[in-house]
Amino acid sequence: MTTAPSAGMTRRSAAYLATHPRVRLALILSAPLTWLALVYVVALALLLVTALWTVDGFTGQISPTWTLDNLRTVVTGALYRTVTLRTVGVALLVTVIDVVIALPIAFYMAKVASPRAQRLLVIAVLMPLWASYLVKAYAWRSVLSQDGLLNWLVAPVGLQGPGYGLPATVITLSYLWLPYVILPIYAGLEKVPNSLLEASADLGAPPWRTLSSVVLPLALPAIIAGTIFSFSLSLGDYITVTIVGGTSQMLGNLVYTNVGAANNLPLAAAIALVPIVIIFGYLALVRRTGALDNL
Amino acid sequence: MSGSPTIRLRGLSKHFGGVKAVDAVDLDVRAGEFFSMLGPSGSGKTTVLRLVAGFEQPTSGSVELFGDDVTAKAAFERDVSTVFQDYALFPHMTVLDNVAYGLRVRGVRPRQRRERALQALEAVQLAHAAQRKPTQLSGGQRQRVALARASVVEPKVMLLDEPLGALDLKLREQMQVELKQIQRNLGITFVFVTHDQEEALSLSDRVAVFNNGRIEQLGTPRELYENPASLFVADFVGTSNLFTDEHAVRLIGRQGAFSIRPERLRLVTDPHAGAGNDTSGGRPSAPGTVVESIYVGSAVRCVVDLDDGPRVTVLEHNDGSRREERVRGGRIHVVWQDDDVVALVPAAS
Repeated sequence: MTTAPSAGMTRRSAAYLATHPRVRLALILSAPLTWLALVYVVALALLLVTALWTVDGFTGQISPTWTLDNLRTVVTGALYRTVTLRTVGVALLVTVIDVVIALPIAFYMAKVASPRAQRLLVIAVLMPLWASYLVKAYAWRSVLSQDGLLNWLVAPVGLQGPGYGLPATVITLSYLWLPYVILPIYAGLEKVPNSLLEASADLGAPPWRTLSSVVLPLALPAIIAGTIFSFSLSLGDYITVTIVGGTSQMLGNLVYTNVGAANNLPLAAAIALVPIVIIFGYLALVRRTGALDNL
Repeated sequence: MSGSPTIRLRGLSKHFGGVKAVDAVDLDVRAGEFFSMLGPSGSGKTTVLRLVAGFEQPTSGSVELFGDDVTAKAAFERDVSTVFQDYALFPHMTVLDNVAYGLRVRGVRPRQRRERALQALEAVQLAHAAQRKPTQLSGGQRQRVALARASVVEPKVMLLDEPLGALDLKLREQMQVELKQIQRNLGITFVFVTHDQEEALSLSDRVAVFNNGRIEQLGTPRELYENPASLFVADFVGTSNLFTDEHAVRLIGRQGAFSIRPERLRLVTDPHAGAGNDTSGGRPSAPGTVVESIYVGSAVRCVVDLDDGPRVTVLEHNDGSRREERVRGGRIHVVWQDDDVVALVPAAS
């Protein structure tokens, strides 16, 4: 007798949900939406608010006095402009290098390799992700060091490795984010039916023509998805550049120093807004090209 | 080279792993004919088409087009056009750009290729949809765009891989008529792959029936239907009543499997009754029990379990004179003429 009423309740609420799709949707979405609002929207809003506050020069305490000084400093300061340009430059270079390397690999995986080889390659691409970021960065530090592997390899042909600095940062970041670029492009190419490539060849198009007129346009949304990964990850990185970048600094380093050593949280927040604005600009640009319409 | 056939296949084989998808096929397709490759799925017909188009490389054997050996040539170097089963329209291009693609890669000037593509679209009554994307078209329309795209480059051979498979019945029948007209108007060779025997019979000049990677029989639709060379062909092409060796001995007193088409069988309640007793006396007949009687409008399809034979289907034409219903479970005699018996050789396997 005790189960009967609750079973009836279950039945009735199930029936109610089945006939009220909006209520059902609200219940399903409420949890993830709350989470998203908390960790993302609120955090972002707090960042913005913090950027408009000041630090008491004497006590080092944050005082909620509204000011645009921090933003002004970041926009007009020569240091910030240089570091911003350097960071964007590194991120763009890393993205271009990754796309150039990822395209042929992803194409081979999706369209040429046998199903077995395809699975092995996916594992091979994912494998570096099992190792810690720091381990990989330090591995590159040792490879690029004065008496490291790279110098030893190129010494016989009279060359020298780049040593520590921005080129080393670009190399290491390209290596770190490569899987994030290969995988979306691979998934995108996988979705392109083989018959489209065959139809192109059938109509008389040589391979390079099929590549430029059929494969690349269809893979463009996937390529852009990949670039969003490599670009935004590079933009926010400050550890790699610390490990292999020599004395070079990126935006993340400025944020880090201002949070820690300089104890200027509002300025750090203002600097942190820069990559966010850049990413939004990048997304808007991508949207304008219409490449995301087919996602 | 005027004497050589449009397509000549010699000893053509294609193995996938241990599977012989195509097994030593010899085939000549003549210029200007509507040639069908008919068979169940996995019989190798589509693989033969793909070997001719150049999408697959044969394990052994050769492909000749217009007298030239093209076995080593890539798909884009072969002068054939394919209509794909899934149409394979480029989703990022408009209908017009799709049709003009073949001309574009051939370096035809923009204005000219636009003109010719529009003409090709007009030929399939789709000029009004030129600026749409393929996703905005219905299945039948996509099919016609694929046809226009394949024909605009004026190929001498058109390869069609089950092009009507995805269409509903009504549209399929309509497209069959259109296909035949297009082929006649263009005067080019069509190689048509299908698993639908009715489609193959009604459209083709000649049909090759495929089974297990081999050609089981090659002939005109009439030859295939009237004189199937093997059990497999008799069974696959049209509906057939198959009588095994054993049945033959019991029913007509001699060895050899045979088949009779449903429309050649007749039902009588008493084989010895009626005025024509003398003429019908020589006709073979077999007693049986009615299992099912289905009214299909133009005919009545009656399934009968023969006492000394297999279960047979009898198609009684509806000529308006009918007549008593065939009662389920009722006793009946099935009669036929000696001429209607088609002797069969067992399928080579």
